[in-house]
Amino acid sequence: MSIAIEVKNITKRFGSVVANSNISFSLSNGEIVALLGENGSGKTTLMNMVSGIYRPDEGQIFVDGKEVEIHSPKDAINLKIGMIHQHFKLVDIFSAAENIILGLEGDKGKLNMQKVNKDVKEIASKYGFDIDPNKKIYDMSISEKQTVEIVKVLYRGADILILDEPTAVLTPQETSKLFAIMKNMKQDNKAIIIITHKLNEVLEVSDRVAILRKGEYIGDMETKKASQQSLTDMMVGKAVSLNIDRPTSENKVERIKVEHLTVKNAEGVKMLSGVTFSANGGEILGIAGIAGSGQKELLESIAGLQHLEDGSKISYIPVDEKEINLVGLDPLEILNQGILLSFVPEDRFGMGLVGSMNITQNIMLRSYNKGKSPMVDFNEPKKIATKIVNDLEVVTPDIDKTPIRRLSGGNVQKVLVGREIEFNPRVLMTAYAVRGLDINTSYTIYNLLTAQKMKGVAVIYVGEDLDVLLELCDRILVLCGGEVSGIVDAKSITKEEVGLLMTKVGGGK
Amino acid sequence: MQISKREGISKSKAMLIRLIAIVVALIICAIVIFLIVNLNPIKVYISMFNGAFGTNKRMWVTLRDMSMLTCIAIGLAPAFKMRFWNIGAEGQMLVGAISAAYFMITFSGRMNPIILMICMIIGSLAMGAIWGLIPGFFKAKWNTNETLFTLMMNYIAIQCTSFCVSLWENPPGSNSVGTINATGANKYVGWIGNLLSKGYNKDYGILLLITIFLAIFVYIYLKYTKHGFEIAVVGDSENTARYAGIRVDKVYIRTMALSGALCGLAGFLAVSSVSHTISTDTANGRGFTAIIVAWLAKMNPFIMIIISLLLAFLDKGSVQIASEFGLNEYVSKIITGIILLFILGSEFFINYQVSFKKIKKDGGK
Repeated sequence: MSIAIEVKNITKRFGSVVANSNISFSLSNGEIVALLGENGSGKTTLMNMVSGIYRPDEGQIFVDGKEVEIHSPKDAINLKIGMIHQHFKLVDIFSAAENIILGLEGDKGKLNMQKVNKDVKEIASKYGFDIDPNKKIYDMSISEKQTVEIVKVLYRGADILILDEPTAVLTPQETSKLFAIMKNMKQDNKAIIIITHKLNEVLEVSDRVAILRKGEYIGDMETKKASQQSLTDMMVGKAVSLNIDRPTSENKVERIKVEHLTVKNAEGVKMLSGVTFSANGGEILGIAGIAGSGQKELLESIAGLQHLEDGSKISYIPVDEKEINLVGLDPLEILNQGILLSFVPEDRFGMGLVGSMNITQNIMLRSYNKGKSPMVDFNEPKKIATKIVNDLEVVTPDIDKTPIRRLSGGNVQKVLVGREIEFNPRVLMTAYAVRGLDINTSYTIYNLLTAQKMKGVAVIYVGEDLDVLLELCDRILVLCGGEVSGIVDAKSITKEEVGLLMTKVGGGK
Repeated sequence: MQISKREGISKSKAMLIRLIAIVVALIICAIVIFLIVNLNPIKVYISMFNGAFGTNKRMWVTLRDMSMLTCIAIGLAPAFKMRFWNIGAEGQMLVGAISAAYFMITFSGRMNPIILMICMIIGSLAMGAIWGLIPGFFKAKWNTNETLFTLMMNYIAIQCTSFCVSLWENPPGSNSVGTINATGANKYVGWIGNLLSKGYNKDYGILLLITIFLAIFVYIYLKYTKHGFEIAVVGDSENTARYAGIRVDKVYIRTMALSGALCGLAGFLAVSSVSHTISTDTANGRGFTAIIVAWLAKMNPFIMIIISLLLAFLDKGSVQIASEFGLNEYVSKIITGIILLFILGSEFFINYQVSFKKIKKDGGK
């Protein structure tokens, strides 16, 4: 087997963040390598450099033994490297064949769609794809769209294929079909990299596993010799001690009760299925899981922003009162019921904040409707804005002029978290509350959350850093593919056990 | 050459760029005037100014056109602030005008003139509101495309107007409604200036006052009320609005009803204070011109007044130079075109920064 592509000592920085540090790695023809790592471990960054979207700061790339510089996706295609992205890049109103030839020069003068259709069918029959060249993209299922993407890179003559989490959007049947195709391509001496989090898939399809952790290349091993346990250990690494203060609250009471929660997305795919748990006042409930396992849908369901399937039950239990059913209530109705529910959503500008408005106006977002006057009151929000800016050390030129979009990501996040805590909630839900923040500010946020917990607030913390989840939270709920794969005591569980739960329902028990 | 988006620009600097644009436009126009028609540009400019403001009457006509345009643009502002592309001002204005004309024709002499005037106003507001509410409702419930919807509503309104014109034809066979209440027992009934005293100066004066009042109202509505805040949030992100407990459907419907009602009121003003008649030309494309006004003013009603004044000035000025110098009207249109192009173009330099980079050549120091 000859080496198809090799990267040597690649480093990529974004500002002060090192996304890839000194990575060396190679791939042979006729080999399927699975690239494994947690969120933010630098898998996609590395592949984006190979496919010409980013350029490395340091290091070399060799294709077929020759050193190359890849400046653009076009260069990558000329080197026969093709990447299938997680988010499809197709023109909806074009047919499959039209999308496949999009951007190619073809023969001079005329467009011969018949020849294109014939070529597409040839590729399809060679590898076992199921594709109708004349079908429009908008008529296609997600799996069909993915097929078009793969045929597109093959049509361009790619010998090295990179698939970025191809199975994340597929049903199990579609996944096994894709794996069969990948094996056919391997027979044809193509070199394939598959990025995935799912350990069972790694074991099923790959020849070799390469593991990244926090931007560093941990190593590789032959799939034959690997097991779920050994891969998890390499992926999550040793536990790091962070020393987050975790006092225990005396009076834990059930505050939010979720039963059989099922949510489907716009395409009808189940994002959450039969989720049952409860969140207690005086406790931080951590939610762990690979990105896209249903965390967003879970929090939005409680906040009244998701359409729930029949049989789902969510209720809020006030102090000394009858529980209130939250199903079917929108955020305004939840507030009108007197339920103080705070929510730091993952998508800051798409949901939590208004980018074109200043800090004061964004603070008002939660409270503008108070009182009977038709006019808005700017004074109270201004005071809160000043307080948040001072307490959380938000760097901003002013509080009532600059649109919040102009502030840096960390400062934006501080305003959002600050506002939700100022709301004096009974339930505080945060999704990736410290994403983009430096260490010091992260600790400020952890302390704020812990202080809320000690006040008796039920805190739900969706996080991506397992070390933090283990030290900050009292209990951890692990999601895997929209199902609860375990609810565990954060003080007694290990990082590896959580990692295993994240990748397999039931944790292999 | 490199073009990059500016991250905020001081107000004085933005004004300076606009000022430079106008000066450059005037210089280029001067060259064009001199080269093509061989006239003294200064004289042409003075003539333009005379055309718009030279006599008392001309000044009032310019102010009248300015007011009408501003009224419609103000009506569009709430919808545009919500990023709801209401291009149906033309139709909303026409249905308002139909309603006003209906009351004038049917109830003059049968009703106290002041009550009649109130009925005209309420009728126009209601008709405009309905015309705006329909696309708003469909957008809220089924997410229909508001641009196409409001555009189609225009054609329906135009056909309705044609029908009403033939219904109210006066004198028969003229294919027009004629000036309503110009003579006879009901002379000047339903003319807004008639409430104080007779004559068109008063008509236009009241129109101007109403315009200024509307500008203040919409400015406060958008900037200082809860409704205005909701509109801005919905315009930025529907998801954020939902998250903040705003009923997005309700805001769409309510705001479009308001936007339509204000445009309907502009239709009332067109009938009651400007033309005292109704025809399919009552709107005369101003519903579309107002879109430019609203956009250039970035939804600020007071700036809309200034931009409307500029457009009215250019219009009246170009008519004047065409007649005074015996020019064919295209020359004056070229001049107004150049001036508008530069003013619009200056927005590019306010939003983007253009820097020139020297390309390094090998061996150069």
